[in-house]
Amino acid sequence: MPDQLAYWLIIGLMMIGLYIVIAHANLIKKIIGLSIMQISVFMLYIGIAYVEGGAIPIIDANTILYSNPIPHVLILTAIVVGIATVALAMALIIRINEAFGTIEEDELAAGAGEQ
Amino acid sequence: MMDAADVAFTEAAVGAGVSTLLLLKTLALTRRYAKPQKQRNWLALSIVTITGCLLIYGTSDLPAYGSADAPAHQHLSAHYLEKSVEETGVPNVVTAILASYRGFDTMGELVVIFIAGIGVLSLISPTEKVKASSGLFLQQHTVLRIVGKMLMPLIMMFALYVQFHGDYGPGGGFQAGVIFASAMILYSILFGPEAVRAVISDRVTRLLAAFGILLYAGTGFAAMVNGGAFLDYTFLGSEQVAAQLLGILLVELGVGITVAAVMVRVFLEFDQRPVIKLPLLKLPVTNKGDR
Repeated sequence: MPDQLAYWLIIGLMMIGLYIVIAHANLIKKIIGLSIMQISVFMLYIGIAYVEGGAIPIIDANTILYSNPIPHVLILTAIVVGIATVALAMALIIRINEAFGTIEEDELAAGAGEQ
Repeated sequence: MMDAADVAFTEAAVGAGVSTLLLLKTLALTRRYAKPQKQRNWLALSIVTITGCLLIYGTSDLPAYGSADAPAHQHLSAHYLEKSVEETGVPNVVTAILASYRGFDTMGELVVIFIAGIGVLSLISPTEKVKASSGLFLQQHTVLRIVGKMLMPLIMMFALYVQFHGDYGPGGGFQAGVIFASAMILYSILFGPEAVRAVISDRVTRLLAAFGILLYAGTGFAAMVNGGAFLDYTFLGSEQVAAQLLGILLVELGVGITVAAVMVRVFLEFDQRPVIKLPLLKLPVTNKGDR
């Protein structure tokens, strides 16, 4: 098993998210794609923090090796910020739907062209 | 799996409840069916493939997965792991960094959450009083309602435990805030948003969301008044470790209050937004007036 297999899997997940963002016209699906990309970045950070044989970074007298706590801190806050921004995006989508009657990107663009 | 207990905890609390519900709520408020895709998007597929290959090529320069001598583990994190108990008295290094070493960063994140909450309110908060969506909550499921009612105090107690035990075990303000909000959201699903409003009115959630940040910043300013730098908790008391513990406690409390208030309020706003019935198929912009 190659050393970097975990990173490759994470990049695969990231590319799935990127494809959804580019290829799908539905705005909710785009947000789901963005969330998948976001989660892959979280996993990349946590993967970098991982130390083989290390313990959870809670100091204990009998443990010497811990995983790196700094990425954990960054991602911990990013998760909660992520859900707050997703909520904001969802609110925007709801307003778009109420104003234009569609959440498909191509229909929105066609509607804008008519005006 | 990757020895990241705090992160796993947060993701479980957020992912299992709040995010799924927000997504379902948005689907209910917009439309259930997406327009079928015409064909495979080969351009997008090729862009994604090329990007992916480049990124995988880039990983060849990364240190091996799980290696202990990677550069990321050498400088600051080694210092934190060695010194945090001595300097802050908190065995959970994640909490020590979150609330103390990187306290300013965490305050910024908290402000982002607050602003996102304000954004949601200004976008979908109704201008006039509307009747809440009724009949959607589980009126007829007696078993669910009773079990939910029994679980409510336990969930809240667990949230408080997570809040105040975050110094010693996995946990802290972010997780506790989300768990507390989950309790309220469960209540809202079972008994309707009006039942939650009877417990915590909109005014209270609005004030609490701001109060959490004020508590955080106030702790920082208290340190300044005592002669230190902003958020330098050492100046909050005579003894360093006790002062650090006090500062971390206050700051985590501020985080918990703001996160819980914003999450509850955002969910309530999504919950009470009336469903606007539109024809299912395409309806291009017909009326310039309704933008």
